[in-house]
Amino acid sequence: MAAHRCSCWSWLLILFSLSVFVVADIHETTPVNDHHGGVDHNAQTAEQTADQPAVEERRWEATEVKEAATVDAAADIQGTSAPETVVPSSVPQPKDDFQEELVIRPLHSGDIYASFQFRTLWDTDFMRENKVSHYRLFPKSLGQVISKFSVRELHISFTQGYWRTMQWGQPFIPSPPGAELWVWFQDSVTDVDATWKELTNVLSGIFCASLNFIDSTNTVQPSASFKPLGIGNVTDHSFLRYATLPREIVCTENLTPWKKLLPCGSKAGLAVLLKSEKLFHSSFHSQAVHIRSVCQDWQCKTTSWELRQTLNSVFDLHNSGQTKREWSLFKMFSRTLTEACPLASSSKLYIDITDNPQGEQFELSPATSLLSQAVVLGDRRTFSVYDLTQETTFGSVRSLNLLIRWKSNEGYIHYEPSKDRVKPHLLEMLIQLPPNSVTEVTVQFERALLKWTEYPPDPNHGFYVGSSVISSLVPSTVAMHTNSTRERPLFSSFFPCKEESSYFVRIYTEPLLVNLPTPDFSMPYNVICLTCTVVAVGYGSLYNLLTRSFQIEEPNPGLAKRIANVIRRMRGVPPL
Amino acid sequence: MAITEVERRRGQLAALSIAAVVIIVGVPLWWRTTETYRAWLPVSQIKDLAKLQLHLSADVEVVFARGTVTPEQQKKVPLTQTQDEEHTVDEDTTLRYRYETKYRTATIMEEDALKKPTAAEADLSLHMLSESPCGSLVVYVIPESSSLLPEDVNVYIGQRRTALVRISAQMRVGKTLEQLLAQLEPQIKQVLQVMSFSHTDITVALSDRVRFRPGNKESIADSMRAFKSSPGYEITFSLLNPDPKSHQLHWDIEGAVQTYIQPLLTKLSPLANFSMDSQTLYYTMLGVTPRFDSSFEAYTLNADSLAHVINPVEARLGSNAASSNPVLNFLLYVPDIRHSPLYIHDHRKQEVPSNAFHSPRWGGIMVYNVNGFYGSETEFPVHVNINMAKVMGVFLAQLRLLLGVQSLSPPPGFLVAPCGSTGLADWELDRLMWSRSVENIATATTTITSLAQLLDQIGNIVINDNIAQQVSSAVTSLQLAMAELEVGNLGFALQYSKEAILASEKAFFDPSLLHLLYFPDDQKFAIYIPLFLPMCVPILLSMLKIVSEARQRRREKQAKKE
Repeated sequence: MAAHRCSCWSWLLILFSLSVFVVADIHETTPVNDHHGGVDHNAQTAEQTADQPAVEERRWEATEVKEAATVDAAADIQGTSAPETVVPSSVPQPKDDFQEELVIRPLHSGDIYASFQFRTLWDTDFMRENKVSHYRLFPKSLGQVISKFSVRELHISFTQGYWRTMQWGQPFIPSPPGAELWVWFQDSVTDVDATWKELTNVLSGIFCASLNFIDSTNTVQPSASFKPLGIGNVTDHSFLRYATLPREIVCTENLTPWKKLLPCGSKAGLAVLLKSEKLFHSSFHSQAVHIRSVCQDWQCKTTSWELRQTLNSVFDLHNSGQTKREWSLFKMFSRTLTEACPLASSSKLYIDITDNPQGEQFELSPATSLLSQAVVLGDRRTFSVYDLTQETTFGSVRSLNLLIRWKSNEGYIHYEPSKDRVKPHLLEMLIQLPPNSVTEVTVQFERALLKWTEYPPDPNHGFYVGSSVISSLVPSTVAMHTNSTRERPLFSSFFPCKEESSYFVRIYTEPLLVNLPTPDFSMPYNVICLTCTVVAVGYGSLYNLLTRSFQIEEPNPGLAKRIANVIRRMRGVPPL
Repeated sequence: MAITEVERRRGQLAALSIAAVVIIVGVPLWWRTTETYRAWLPVSQIKDLAKLQLHLSADVEVVFARGTVTPEQQKKVPLTQTQDEEHTVDEDTTLRYRYETKYRTATIMEEDALKKPTAAEADLSLHMLSESPCGSLVVYVIPESSSLLPEDVNVYIGQRRTALVRISAQMRVGKTLEQLLAQLEPQIKQVLQVMSFSHTDITVALSDRVRFRPGNKESIADSMRAFKSSPGYEITFSLLNPDPKSHQLHWDIEGAVQTYIQPLLTKLSPLANFSMDSQTLYYTMLGVTPRFDSSFEAYTLNADSLAHVINPVEARLGSNAASSNPVLNFLLYVPDIRHSPLYIHDHRKQEVPSNAFHSPRWGGIMVYNVNGFYGSETEFPVHVNINMAKVMGVFLAQLRLLLGVQSLSPPPGFLVAPCGSTGLADWELDRLMWSRSVENIATATTTITSLAQLLDQIGNIVINDNIAQQVSSAVTSLQLAMAELEVGNLGFALQYSKEAILASEKAFFDPSLLHLLYFPDDQKFAIYIPLFLPMCVPILLSMLKIVSEARQRRREKQAKKE
């Protein structure tokens, strides 16, 4: 019986290992399957392309216009069709208008805040019965969205990074980190939730963002905070939907469709500066689209639709490894301005010089005489203005590379950011320390998980960060010899001495031991073993209890007794 | 010993009852809880659809004018003849065409109409007399002496559903009506081929179902040019202005669309819903830099490079955000000042007169040169008002091609009336409706059968009630559409076929079908094994033991008996 039980256990053990293998096998085989799929697919496309050339020859065909078909049609309306002409000055005033603007503001922290605004106004009614719509400056995709979903107002923003109000002050257009979308629908919408769901799906397609993850779990209807920003005093907040996606990561794929909405694209005007590799190398980046209806005139007799595209970013000057505090359009955007967008009725560049009225902090080059004052965020501020529609702005070199040069030079900071698994961080600072003072340099860092093969055998010991180094010239109490060739004891001649009055000292700090989070490496194995053991032990013992029969066996007589019995048998006496 | 025997029996009974509990309670419980919901599908009807038998029938009325039949022949009319034609396209698809021809003599009013001076007027007044229903045809046989048709023309095809056939002299001399009809038949057949469905059209329309093997490249291109049948189309006109600094362009697209395009679309409205919009795109460059050709003193685009022209433009065109219907793009490209004038050359290096080209199932592009406005001291930007009649003529021709209105060359001796202000004759619409109905039916049957096959193959897929409902309605609509085709109600057939295609696509692309698709069996077993094996192995072992003991006991009994 015992042997039987034993074999039963060994069975179970084998099965455990089998099941582990099965799991492992699956992990290995799935990618292979995928690969097969890929190959098949390739084969298929190859087939398709092989088929193609036969067709390709005839793919692009010149259009033959059947005169009979179209001239006849044209004849009916010959009277109305105007012959092609150079239009005299009485061109009908276009019903749409485009403006662009860039504001640059040096921040107290030493960073630079750049805010682009592009505004398209269109005098039209999207809610007409006749759905044929003709677009000029207004982007077609957004116009279709407005008319299909009966949108009264739409605000969408994508932000990477957090706006540090303490250091940077207030932004012109605030936005939360991640994606934010809030929409007011027209009263005619009957099923607001379904429309909202469909709208988020369409917008996620237009902006290449994961707005399709907006559902009822992250949608709210604020009753007081989000009033319409355009005209129309709606109070029924059942037509409002608000959602944020804080995890949304903003990158190039969101910028490209945003740029496509501009009439000039990124080919002319201020938008040429929007190069993604520089823009996303900033501390803060926020792009937004705001659609609302606004008054056309002072009395608000007629309304028009306003599309406002804004892009705000904060550039960190120290990050780019510069030695001098100097800033230019080319350094920041790796582009210069050469022309305004020809479609724009106004194209201006503003520099905030409120803190620099006499030019004591920084100087602008080229200088401009145009000044403008504006009240923004409860404060009157002064701006230097560059009007890009004027030829003179670009000067003789036909390009505007605005340069801001700071006057005061406060030390030297050299910083090279690290690259993961390639090189470490390097931070060098030249500081003049006042006597009897404590200077503290703190570095914030985040703990991250390494790849699981990168952990040393004793991961819980921690990871060492090398010593910091302080190299310094310390005033000497006695005069030093600057001649290094002079005969001196070896221990006093290692560091060369440049000045008589000071000597060189290098101080190393203690290395830092950082504890990184270590994962539980054996977790999956433990889980499988544990469940199997629990099931097998619990169930197996229960099963055995139920099915086996237990009987009391005579205990074996002791060794002494057995020997005594043998002796007694030999003696012929009955055993004990 | 008796006690141990009792204990042994008790153990065996316990093992058996545990096995029984596992089998009676455990297995069904496991089965129920892991079962996927699969609604009932009309599988047998779908299987019937896999074998498609399409009957198409067209009504033809042949009307004899005065002077074409002798009085004794006239006595035998009216009479009706039916002709059947059967084609087997492949093992699963058969086609049967039925032409029901009614012969009668002309009424007095029709005689009057036929006396009009020109064929076009006669066509119009015949149309006023009686409007023939969608899908049917009226052929008027007129005497040789009639002045309606020019000398070398024997058949005139009107703008509506009528045709005039001139009888020739040798046909009618002293013969019976049957012989006359036999003489007439080839001509009427030709008229039918032009004005109603032809076998080639129908086989092209079936290409979704049957691998279409055309004889030559020409017919591949023809069959691939038109858009697939769809319940709706979006038409987008885009004005491309790559150089807004030099050109300020004005196009009256609103008026042009109303006058040129809208009549055609109104006529086509039974086929599909059309929606139109237009946009102006700035700074859009073509993908190919045109080369300067000094012999023409102009920049040229070769036919070979046209394929690369569209790609960068396409990125800016933008897809329609509001619907998922196919988009027909019509681009008007005004070349920038440095590449102007620009002409398109075809494969034979000849200038294309319309300066336009089209791409199958995508749209068309036209190059509009404005270099005529550059004077010696012209001030830039130049304001240009675009001649919409010229542009829309080209776009209308492209639109007809892309929608599948084939402008086939008629057989010799045929005269086809120019289509009127609508840009589409009634019989052209009929042709389109025939082929679209067949195409819709073919597509919907393939969708439904492949969906049924897929659901049959993968048992993991949940089939919700709404999918089952869509499938059933698609099947019903398909059957109705085929029935309507059989009796010749073209309008209803198209309507039902559209419903079928909508329902079948909706069922096929329902997102709920994808939920549990990627959960293969081996992973399921990896999850079940740690639970099931420790439970089942002891049961199995004790079962084996019980069986072997029982066998041994029987053997012992037999040994005892012997």
